[in-house]
Amino acid sequence: MKQKHTAKVLSQQEIALAIYDMWIETPLAADARPGQFVGIYPKDKSTLLPRPISICETDAARGALRIVYRIAGAGTREFSGYREGDAISLLGNLGNGFPLEQGCGKRAFLMGGGIGVPPILELAKRLEARKDIIAGYRDANLFLGEDLAKYGTLHIATEDGSAGTKGNVMDAVRENGLEADIIYACGPMPMLRAIKAYAGERDIPAYLSLEEHMACGVGACLGCVVKTKEIDHHSHVHNARICTDGPVFEAKEVEI
Amino acid sequence: MNTQVTIAGVTLKNPVMTASGTFGSGMEYAEFMDLSRLGAVVTKGVANVPWPGNPTPRVAEVYGGMLNAIGLQNPGIDVFLERDIPFLKQHDTTIIVNVCGKTTEDYVEVVEHLAEEPAVAMLEINVSCPNVKEGAIAFGQKADALFGITKEVKRHAKQPVIMKLSPNVTDIAEMARAAEAAGADALSLINTITGMKIDIHKRAFALANKTGGMSGPAIKPVAVRMVYQAAKAVKIPIIGMGGIANAEDAIEFLLAGATAVSVGAMNFVNPYTCVEVVEGIERYMEQYHVESVTDLIGAVRE
Repeated sequence: MKQKHTAKVLSQQEIALAIYDMWIETPLAADARPGQFVGIYPKDKSTLLPRPISICETDAARGALRIVYRIAGAGTREFSGYREGDAISLLGNLGNGFPLEQGCGKRAFLMGGGIGVPPILELAKRLEARKDIIAGYRDANLFLGEDLAKYGTLHIATEDGSAGTKGNVMDAVRENGLEADIIYACGPMPMLRAIKAYAGERDIPAYLSLEEHMACGVGACLGCVVKTKEIDHHSHVHNARICTDGPVFEAKEVEI
Repeated sequence: MNTQVTIAGVTLKNPVMTASGTFGSGMEYAEFMDLSRLGAVVTKGVANVPWPGNPTPRVAEVYGGMLNAIGLQNPGIDVFLERDIPFLKQHDTTIIVNVCGKTTEDYVEVVEHLAEEPAVAMLEINVSCPNVKEGAIAFGQKADALFGITKEVKRHAKQPVIMKLSPNVTDIAEMARAAEAAGADALSLINTITGMKIDIHKRAFALANKTGGMSGPAIKPVAVRMVYQAAKAVKIPIIGMGGIANAEDAIEFLLAGATAVSVGAMNFVNPYTCVEVVEGIERYMEQYHVESVTDLIGAVRE
């Protein structure tokens, strides 16, 4: 059951330049799945719409979930100022999440690019597979590496070569001679397109988490659609709603 | 205390509706609220065939509101009748179907399909969507075109017809009078105001469609003014909308002359808005000893 409610900030810190790491006490933590997201409402009434932010980690015992996000505008700038004990307005849990059963026991790539890295953490925690975790960043302004390394073999790529492989996540795959039976990924569109092409050549499934500007976050407004290969079951046109039918789609299903 | 209002012979349990396009056919928001609390559900626009809508980005936030250019994506009337109407029938609320089209024939085809469906209490004709190139707003920006489409729809409709008016006109009173003269049973206004946003860092339009319809609290004063002017110009009931966020906003529209109100973009901001507006109107009526909500319609002191 989705709900909007006011939760409490447990902690927040800046873990890399303009990248913030917040733990929130919320009942949403109990059934949040990796790859799902929450909508966070700014308090400033000039900024109305919920900001879709992926769930980075959950701690069911503490009833807490973690988000790691980048300051991208007025809303996220406001969130970055929240301190322990502050109220935060949440809508969740949203979206489908990554399918875990498909990867069970297989060789899996878990790929995150930039601010697409955070949802990979909870996925890495829960996925029972032989995991190569490949995280791509712009430069040495890295984050979540230590957390990710606990749950698989971590490979880093940076565009400027200041850490790990010089290049993107696909360059890291080639440089390290990695192989997989299944791919999970979240990141910018050029990265996801490259992964779709790679998975297509090898005929392996790739589950891609997509991003789009959203309004409602619950499937009503039809703002955040992605072109689909087949006619979508809900829309009856070649469009699926990223917020509810996604954000995770099998690469073959979507035209990106 | 009586919260009922009557529009074209259809009695609603309260004057609070959903604005077309912000609420789908209610399925998504039924997770948050009991749809039976609503005076009516006004569905997303439905056409004779499925429409794919516009490319993304389709939405952008602006100060105190948002722009959208969805482009009336909808699954078409056949799916709508098989799936959405049976869903809505499970709830004790009035069903109003928003109808869109590119040509007069498109509108008439949908209206004729809906004539066979007794669960549909009223039709709202969308002649004011700013985001599709053909039809829609082309019928809503010239009084003679509005008169023509209204007349044609009325000729085929079994249910009362609400014409949804565009604010992107020079004289809203003239448009209201044209729809009334052609036989419209009610008016709804305002649809979104055409706007634009440019990302200065990318030097690009925020929306793929370049322009979009603006909604949200920032447009409310424009909407209240237009509802007032339209209410002065015609005798048929008016459904007021534009940036309603709470009961106070809704009451403003009633006082300006609206018989009922719709909540639009604010559903995205708070999925419980509609129910909170219903409850807030009741509290206001208690506070000011208003026996019937109809006593508020047009009751602003001149």
